[in-house]
Amino acid sequence: MTVPAPPPAAPPPQLVRSPLSDGEWHRLHPLTPLLRGGLFLLVVIGIVFSNLRDRLLYVFLPWLAPGVGDEVVEWEEMGGDPVDFVIANNLYVVAALTVLAVLIILVAIFYTSWRFHTFRITEDDVEVRSGILFRTQRRAPLDRVQGVNLTRPMIARLLGMAKLEVVGAGMSANVKLEYLSTANAEAVRADILRLASGRRLADPAAPGGAQRPASRTAALGLTVSRELTGIIEGSEAPVGEPESVVHIPLGRLVASHILSMSTVGLFFAIVAIVIGVTQGVTWMLFGFVPAIIGFGAYWVRSIFKSLRYSIAPTPDGVRITYGLTTTITEILPPGRVHAVEITQPIMWRPAGWWTIRINRLTGRSASDGSNDDFTTVLPVGAVADVERVLRLVQPAMTDDERALVVQQGMFGPTAADAFTNTPRRAWWIRPLSYRRNGFLLTEDELLMRRGVVWRKIVILPLARLQSFGLYQGPLDRLSGVTNGRAHVVQGPVTPFLAAIDRDVALRLFDDVARASVRAAQSDRTHRWAQDEMDAGIPVPPVAPPAAPPAAPVAPVAPPVAQPAAPAIPPAAPAAPPAEPTEHRA
Amino acid sequence: MTNSPEMIPDSNPASRATDDQASFERLVEPKSENRLVLEGGVWHQISPKYVTVQLISHGSFLAIVVAATLVLALVLHLQWVWIVGGVLAVIQIWTLAILPRQARAIGYRLREDDLVFRRGILWQRFVAVPYGRMQLIDITHGPLDRGFGIAQLKFVTAAAATGVVIPGLAQSTAETLRDHLIEVAESRRTGL
Repeated sequence: MTVPAPPPAAPPPQLVRSPLSDGEWHRLHPLTPLLRGGLFLLVVIGIVFSNLRDRLLYVFLPWLAPGVGDEVVEWEEMGGDPVDFVIANNLYVVAALTVLAVLIILVAIFYTSWRFHTFRITEDDVEVRSGILFRTQRRAPLDRVQGVNLTRPMIARLLGMAKLEVVGAGMSANVKLEYLSTANAEAVRADILRLASGRRLADPAAPGGAQRPASRTAALGLTVSRELTGIIEGSEAPVGEPESVVHIPLGRLVASHILSMSTVGLFFAIVAIVIGVTQGVTWMLFGFVPAIIGFGAYWVRSIFKSLRYSIAPTPDGVRITYGLTTTITEILPPGRVHAVEITQPIMWRPAGWWTIRINRLTGRSASDGSNDDFTTVLPVGAVADVERVLRLVQPAMTDDERALVVQQGMFGPTAADAFTNTPRRAWWIRPLSYRRNGFLLTEDELLMRRGVVWRKIVILPLARLQSFGLYQGPLDRLSGVTNGRAHVVQGPVTPFLAAIDRDVALRLFDDVARASVRAAQSDRTHRWAQDEMDAGIPVPPVAPPAAPPAAPVAPVAPPVAQPAAPAIPPAAPAAPPAEPTEHRA
Repeated sequence: MTNSPEMIPDSNPASRATDDQASFERLVEPKSENRLVLEGGVWHQISPKYVTVQLISHGSFLAIVVAATLVLALVLHLQWVWIVGGVLAVIQIWTLAILPRQARAIGYRLREDDLVFRRGILWQRFVAVPYGRMQLIDITHGPLDRGFGIAQLKFVTAAAATGVVIPGLAQSTAETLRDHLIEVAESRRTGL
């Protein structure tokens, strides 16, 4: 139970590692204005320079641009150009001063906006304040966090900085902290996830804010000493990068891109253009070149993006990394996956490759181009990879269910098919795939299997299902079948199933309604670690390979730090039986 | 999944005591044996005033289309207008013709844990939304709706595809239904 008092409680110091997440307001990294505004300024200067290149050459290095002089004279005759005015009236000093003044004002603005841009992390929220004239304050409750991602664009990366984005649910609902130093960003992310997980402290007598440090240095000191004594809790995220469960060889990555429909499209385009050109329609060549360039760029970009792909379990969710130059790391807490689709395009079938995409709440605005970053959780992989990724994104599935998904869902129908398929009489609705087109309702998931050419299997966790609909048109009615559609949050997966037997579908309608209500009520993933603490299970569901036991002695702890150790009890799972779900609604 | 009346004491729009809360009495369904049917429970229906409002708005649009077509074609001698105006007018007349039956096919049922919404005759649609999935409820009424005392209620979930929009509810019904839905959603609150 949180106290609804106006000053929000600082997070319990035992739960946070970073001095930045102590419940106080903090500024972002001092180099932020350089990265956010400085680059913009550079671009503006670049544009100005490239437009005035000839002119500047003529003014400063006239012997290098002999031909430009005539043009300048022409321009001068036309009049009205400020550069001409400056040149004509010898106002170089004034012009330089003006430029300098503008620069100073811009720098001042960037500096002030940096001063005013602050954030804090309290026990229940992440808050960001920004703006000079128009102040905005955004507060995101931690139990609604859909994920935390850490982006390191090329330039920021060189400076050792990273952008942290707390993903919320809703249009443009993300809270961005840009930029922090990489180490801080990592620590803050870990803190946010730890706080969001609802993990309770072993000792109820250590309330947050009881020993609030007076200053930042004190906080830092506290954190450092805490780190040194290093006895917090067992389920600490492994230091360093967790091992990825899937490795995509470069060859497979490139081949998977070559074996795609866009390559087929490109092939046909080339054929069309060759025919066109040989028939004398030479202008087709001109449309072709930009198309090739565009395709090549897309191709290279998507391969580059997948080059450093890795997916690994952490105590606080699945960690997915992408990107070669700009790395994006996202931790997806449990229960944030709304739909999973395993697909195999026809051209990948000989190689036995599959891809996995998910629906999730991104919290980005629709205009944001990087929308689909984390919807592909497996760009290309063999069956074993699919199984491993599935284990991460759907940890609640049992091994039997996973085997079922692989054997029957991906490759089915087999003998003794568990799925309920399209009845024979409705074969004409799905002439190719009617034997495969079906569904299966298990305890916690609804599986939809379809497609023969593009094999697809959709896994819908019932706890995330928003609603379920039946749709029947006149032709369906003629065959006594109906279509089913599960409504989930927006994403690349559209869970639609055509032509299910009408009686079966009506039964499914009721079953899904009942099962999804039950699943949603028993779902506790918005505070994913709380139940385990309450139940006294110290190990998180996604068992990390290297979760250290709750040892009272930290490996780095020098002997002098030992006497301080008993002050904070080790992370015994003897959690108080706190009310499991007392949250703000 | 029967619908116990004591579960929904005040949200039942079938309290047809007053005249302005009257709703349709009988649901229009496809004749085929294979139509979608839910066993048990009562389908609540919408107010007949919805048809009136829709007839007025579509009818006036039709009148404008016809008038504009006539003016452009006969006065300004633009011959192509006949095609555009004709197509629009045919669509409008068709809409007007099927409107009364369509309105009778709209229904909703308040089950213990979820709301079931149905609409459509030729293209039937059944949607079940657990109450706990509610993100917000929208009630909208335009000027014409206000004149007739009806409103449209929209049940919004995190999925855009849910699309539960109940038009033509008597205003008081819409409000009690909204309050009831929010109340039951509160007691069944779940995560996203």
